[in-house]
Amino acid sequence: MPPEVHTLPPFQQLLDEHSGDVLGFLVASVGPHDAEDCFQETFIAALRSYPGLEQDGNLRGWLLTIAHRKAIDHVRARGRRAIPVAEPPEATADQAGPRDPGLWRSVATLPPKQRSAVALRFAADMAYRDIGEAIDCSEAAARRNVHEGPEKLRKELA
Amino acid sequence: MNGRTEAPDPEAALWEAARDARPRASELAAAVAARAEGEGLLDVAYATVESPYGELMVAVTDRGVVQLSLPNYSNEEALARLAREVSPRVLEAPARLDPVRRELDAYFSGSRSEFTVRVDWRLSHGFRGRVLHAIAGIPYGQTRSYSELAAEAGNPRAFRAAGTACGANPVPLIVPCHRVVKTDGSPGNYGGGPEMKLELLRLERAL
Repeated sequence: MPPEVHTLPPFQQLLDEHSGDVLGFLVASVGPHDAEDCFQETFIAALRSYPGLEQDGNLRGWLLTIAHRKAIDHVRARGRRAIPVAEPPEATADQAGPRDPGLWRSVATLPPKQRSAVALRFAADMAYRDIGEAIDCSEAAARRNVHEGPEKLRKELA
Repeated sequence: MNGRTEAPDPEAALWEAARDARPRASELAAAVAARAEGEGLLDVAYATVESPYGELMVAVTDRGVVQLSLPNYSNEEALARLAREVSPRVLEAPARLDPVRRELDAYFSGSRSEFTVRVDWRLSHGFRGRVLHAIAGIPYGQTRSYSELAAEAGNPRAFRAAGTACGANPVPLIVPCHRVVKTDGSPGNYGGGPEMKLELLRLERAL
């Protein structure tokens, strides 16, 4: 056996090309505040296992799969840590809309895979087949999750 | 509050939140290197360094400077090679390069004649490695011919191979292959171009 030769690109390239998608996905999954911690955890975990990665050409999908796991862990840990206050402080005008914390409280009520499916679709613009791979389900199930998720959110937010 | 009380479309709201966050991504990405270093995961750190001859790209490992790319070279190729031959854990980390940057700045301004930063020799093997070690011993302001160098590396007849080794020097300037000249005293080739070689030798008052 010849010595193992790395054909992986420099890790910086992954950061340059995919940090926007990873951050976008995490913001949609866990909210803008917690997304920053999850972002660091995602890339450190990726960097740790990177040299042993079997190159499959889809490094974006690989990173978003790690981000998906980190986001799930994070929401689960947050749920254990604290019962959120009944009512958030009244939202001021510039906190309204997408920065409304109510949105992410609703997102957190979605089942983990569905939450990731919705975020991968609407924040990272991922194809259903790739979403299925990232959250470990069929393409059909990914499609179903993406369609049903927003319906539940709409009910939660109403 | 009117117009805001209606719940936004969740798909659109998530999409907008993601879009609004994206400009922060490069800043957050830059912080990954520092954290990686703290966890022992920064195998190769690189940054660009300004020089009077153009932008250099310098890469270090825990052993020392492993790569210095002169302005004529492709940083992309150099980084791909580092990923392949050293480790794919390659990250831009300008702060890690500060000691090298300071020494290079002082060298270019004529106030430093020796580098104290260490060299990581792992990209230099065999006869080429011996030639490059011999080059590292040429003092500031002095020159050697390719055949003198070949002799120092243990094979006086291999002056052509000595020239090739100079051309393949992964750490020019710090391993001063610009001090290797033709037997007739003319500067000869240089990766950074013949003018750069001439100017470096003038800087060192070697001509």
